[in-house]
Amino acid sequence: MTTLLELKHVSKQYGSDTKALSDISFAVKEGEFVSIIGPSGAGKSTLLRCMNRMIEASSGAIIFDNADITAFRKRELKKLRTSIGMIFQHYNLVNRLSVIENVLHGRLGYKSMLAGVLGIYTEEEKKKAHAILGVLGLQEQIYKRCDQLSGGQKQRVGIARALVQNPKMLLCDEPIASLDPNASKVIMDHLAHICSTMGITVVVNLHQVDVALSYSNRIIGVNKGTIVYDGTPAGLTKDRLRGIYGAEYDELEGSGGRNAG
Amino acid sequence: MRGDFIVRKRVNSLLFCTLLLVAMLLAIVVTEYDAVKGFTSVPKAAEWAASNFYPDEKSMKKLPEIFDKLTETLLVSIAATSLAAVAALVFAILGSRTTGIGGPFSVASRWTATVFRNIDVAAWSMILLFSFGQNVLTGYLALFFGSFGFLTRAFTETIDEMSMGSVEALRAAGAGYVSVVIHSVIPSCLPQLLSWILFTIETNIRQATLIGILTGTGIGFLFNLYYKSLNYASASLVVLAIVIAIMIIESVSNYVRRVIM
Repeated sequence: MTTLLELKHVSKQYGSDTKALSDISFAVKEGEFVSIIGPSGAGKSTLLRCMNRMIEASSGAIIFDNADITAFRKRELKKLRTSIGMIFQHYNLVNRLSVIENVLHGRLGYKSMLAGVLGIYTEEEKKKAHAILGVLGLQEQIYKRCDQLSGGQKQRVGIARALVQNPKMLLCDEPIASLDPNASKVIMDHLAHICSTMGITVVVNLHQVDVALSYSNRIIGVNKGTIVYDGTPAGLTKDRLRGIYGAEYDELEGSGGRNAG
Repeated sequence: MRGDFIVRKRVNSLLFCTLLLVAMLLAIVVTEYDAVKGFTSVPKAAEWAASNFYPDEKSMKKLPEIFDKLTETLLVSIAATSLAAVAALVFAILGSRTTGIGGPFSVASRWTATVFRNIDVAAWSMILLFSFGQNVLTGYLALFFGSFGFLTRAFTETIDEMSMGSVEALRAAGAGYVSVVIHSVIPSCLPQLLSWILFTIETNIRQATLIGILTGTGIGFLFNLYYKSLNYASASLVVLAIVIAIMIIESVSNYVRRVIM
């Protein structure tokens, strides 16, 4: 399998002394399901947003699809972002608009200025949006306003919006952190399904270690802005977990709250 | 410790009230205001109003004239507010911390709005009177400038308070700046924006009365004319007509608000 994304010595500095990421290097292969785990404030969100340049890395190179995206200008950046879907903890939908409108927002990156402003979508795009919503089990909700949906449904709209972009990769920032266990399972199953059947690479930030263990091909552990683990779920021993989360990890484990957070 | 905390809070409130009272007494002494005379003259004023300031049969003949001018005032208020709202929206979007393009233009936009806001409509109409004379246009422009300043401030705050999740999502999908504004910022803020516009129309009808007195147009002119020619009955009818008109506008805008939420 070919390498889709590669980060080389990426660092991110806020201000003069706050280092969010320091010297991050790893590569993601096409079709991989990668989880990034680590305590709050470890830099997971910053890391994810560097991959589509929603946050600019201070130094280092990011190679996506054989091109160094850190050098991209506005037009190229727009094109890059159309090929990377993003899913958020708080869904980030326009709540007052209908499901179908929110899904079609995923096509705005492909539009010319005028077509984008007027919101002109082709018949083909609408059919695709309908088909994706069908796969995600939202055919009943298509014309409902998003503020009438449950959290799990909203996140599925978020996934549909990302998929309608025809992305090569999905970036998911804590996609299940605000959901109950059932909805979380539905969302994670959908993501796994997207990865395995559509061949879309999935990179997901997670708080829940057991979810990361059961869904990913690969786990990257981040602590204080550096990678402390990069390997298979099987290789993630208790010792290594303690390395990611600190000494308190045992206490959490002991009280049975393994996926707290 | 806790008892201390409560006592301290009480003492603070007491101190504040005393300060307020001292300020009031000081103001009374400085302005040589006779509080007793002030309060005892209230019944006298009521007595005068009851015996002179009510519409009689003769004043009813003026009703078509009053209605005509009231309509003019109403339309001027609505026209001034609508145009001001469009201009204010552009300035608010460019000046907002969250959607602004940043840099000197944002600062300039905020400053323009502040200048326009801090000059009262009464002052505006006096200033414009020199250039445009006793004319409906003078009143229109005065209302326009006043509303523009106020609405820009209100819109900016509405946009600043909006959750920027969907903006991030659309930017991550590659959507351009104008598309993001049209498809995410405006739909999310629409109820609040419309609410502010309706509020401004109501305020402007009230203001138009004062501006009319100053610029010699609309319903304010009519009130001034009747009042100065000692035709108190007709003047009172004008006041009554304004009150009824504002009440109708208020109930209409309340209805619109309920529907658009």
